[in-house]
Amino acid sequence: MLGTTILLALREIRRHILRSILTTLGIIIGVAAVVTMVTLGNGVTASVQEEISSLGASNFIVFPVRTTRGTIRPFDEDDVRAVEQQIAGVKLAAGSVGASTTAFNNGQDWDTRVQGVNNAFFEAQSIDIEDGRAFSTDEEAGGKNVCLLGTKVREAIFLPTVSPVGSQMRLGDVSCQVIGLVEERGQGGGGSDDDDTVYMPLKTVQRRFRGNDNLDYFVVKYDAAYAAPVIQDSLVGLLRERRLLQGEEPNDFNVIDTAQVNQALGAATGALTAMVAVIASISLLVGGIGIMNIMLVSVTERTREIGIRLAIGALAREVRLQFLTEAVVLCALGGLAGIALAFVASFGLASAIDVPFVFDPVINIVSFMFAASMGIVFGYYPASRASKLDPIDALRHE
Amino acid sequence: MTGGPLIQLEGITKTFGTGAAAFQALKGVDLTISRGEFVAVMGPSGSGKSTTMNILGCLDVPTGGVFRFRGVEVQKLDRDQRSLLRRRYLGFVFQGFNLLARTTALENVELPLVYRGEAKAARRKAAMRALDQVGLGPWADHTPAELSGGQQQRVAIARALVTEPDVLLADEPTGNLDSERSVEIMLLLRQLNAEGITILMVTHEEDMAAYAGTIVRFRDGLVERIERGTLATAESLA
Ligand SMILES: Nc1ncnc2c1ncn2[C@@H]1O[C@H](COP(=O)(O)OP(=O)(O)O)[C@@H](O)[C@H]1O
Ligand SMILES: [Mg+2]
Repeated sequence: MLGTTILLALREIRRHILRSILTTLGIIIGVAAVVTMVTLGNGVTASVQEEISSLGASNFIVFPVRTTRGTIRPFDEDDVRAVEQQIAGVKLAAGSVGASTTAFNNGQDWDTRVQGVNNAFFEAQSIDIEDGRAFSTDEEAGGKNVCLLGTKVREAIFLPTVSPVGSQMRLGDVSCQVIGLVEERGQGGGGSDDDDTVYMPLKTVQRRFRGNDNLDYFVVKYDAAYAAPVIQDSLVGLLRERRLLQGEEPNDFNVIDTAQVNQALGAATGALTAMVAVIASISLLVGGIGIMNIMLVSVTERTREIGIRLAIGALAREVRLQFLTEAVVLCALGGLAGIALAFVASFGLASAIDVPFVFDPVINIVSFMFAASMGIVFGYYPASRASKLDPIDALRHE
Repeated sequence: MTGGPLIQLEGITKTFGTGAAAFQALKGVDLTISRGEFVAVMGPSGSGKSTTMNILGCLDVPTGGVFRFRGVEVQKLDRDQRSLLRRRYLGFVFQGFNLLARTTALENVELPLVYRGEAKAARRKAAMRALDQVGLGPWADHTPAELSGGQQQRVAIARALVTEPDVLLADEPTGNLDSERSVEIMLLLRQLNAEGITILMVTHEEDMAAYAGTIVRFRDGLVERIERGTLATAESLA
């Protein structure tokens, strides 16, 4: 019986195909908007999370900034040690310094950057060594010529079939031994590409590439159990003290809390989602009223048919079910069209704004169910009106 | 059902509207019809024929009186219970045919079986048999718009027959047909009656009434006269 009713509904919809499409436009747009935004939101979240994880969770990033007098006072390893030892809640701190260079091997050359870090930096940033090993204490302390390669550098100058670990290569005029490979990281934080990087011990880069003891920045990994603002306050206090900044003098350095960046991005996405939800609700409401209107028209047009059905013994609830089914099928088709539209739109938009396309089955199913249930909500009144018609009057209807 | 008349009307009244606008269309109709009868209902326009047919067809309820169908007091039933009576025991043929447009003859005939919850294959078979019975087998795939008036009315009769009802109710079934088609329909009804179906038919024409075994004449909301045993005349006509 239900199967027959659904077929009947489909036939009735096909009979008024243009009217059906126009009627379901509100639902199509509403569903498409919701699904597209959620899908894109997932993509943005995924790419932000990737970025955040490349910054490291629960990390501060500390770097010097130009003062009003136009000078930059860099940090050095003594500052890093002081932060690590004197501030409660800090797990570790690690400096970083970089330089542009060219990597050579086997007749190939590749413009890239070298980053000087110690193992603590890998730990703070959750960078995993994929093949080979991290730096030894000796190599760090002595500033040895050993290096770890990012995936892009490895692809650029080494054969894909043989592990480069153990081979000798050259960075600018510094030769170094490859001791390991760093996992692929994707787009890194701070505008640099972590995969297009060669890592060497901090001291090596300072000595051989920069010629001083300066750091570009350092990261501070703190215990998530501590209140970040409290740690940040003592961090700022300690650094001001070390840099002899007087009372009113502004900070000549910046501290960024990655957790805060995370929250801010989350809040922005949330606001956007809320806005879309409002637009979609209005669109769906308008769509629902359209469905109710068209179902009332349909009931009026088919009064005689209803009369015939009642006369040959249809029960009130069977007539109601017929029209309710029609409304639900109409809305469900609108929902499907909306989902299809959203699939195309979010696929296109995701690649346009350069975020991954993350298909979310839950939002698709939920939207579909929601659209279908709108058929029940907005189709109920017209359907129950049809079921209450007097068979004699309905049969006489012209 | 055991014994007793199939249909029994006792003091049936029907009032339309209320207060000053109230109009009494039936003023106390008494009528008993047995299984297997072929009844022609006649009378001037506005005498209450259709109102009576609607009550007999369980489409409407009387304002007063008792209507027993198969021993059941119909005026006490609710809307859905009356629907179930129609579904099981009654078939309707209307003056305006009342077929579903843009729907094939076969599907129109199948419709009552859909509400009986019959499986598709069984529906097809029964509907085809009913169409054959009215001589429209070859027209099964045609929509009403592609059929003549006489053919449409035969589809309507097939639809009424397909559930094998106890009673066939026909309100002016030949009202929209020329006399040749009308005679065809009458012969078909006679044949169905001979096969056991009780038929009640409203008609304005004495010619058509002559095919019935009983003629009930209405006037001013009352049964004026009942003439039984008119069938013999019809047989001589045919
Ligand atoms: N729904 C109704 N409302 C008001 N008056 C009605 C209604 N149906 C029928 N009538 C009146 O009842 C009387 C009998 O009608 P009807 O049974 O249709 O007559 P017939 O079929 O014998 O021509 C007529 O005067 C008609 O106007
Ligand atoms: Mg009439």
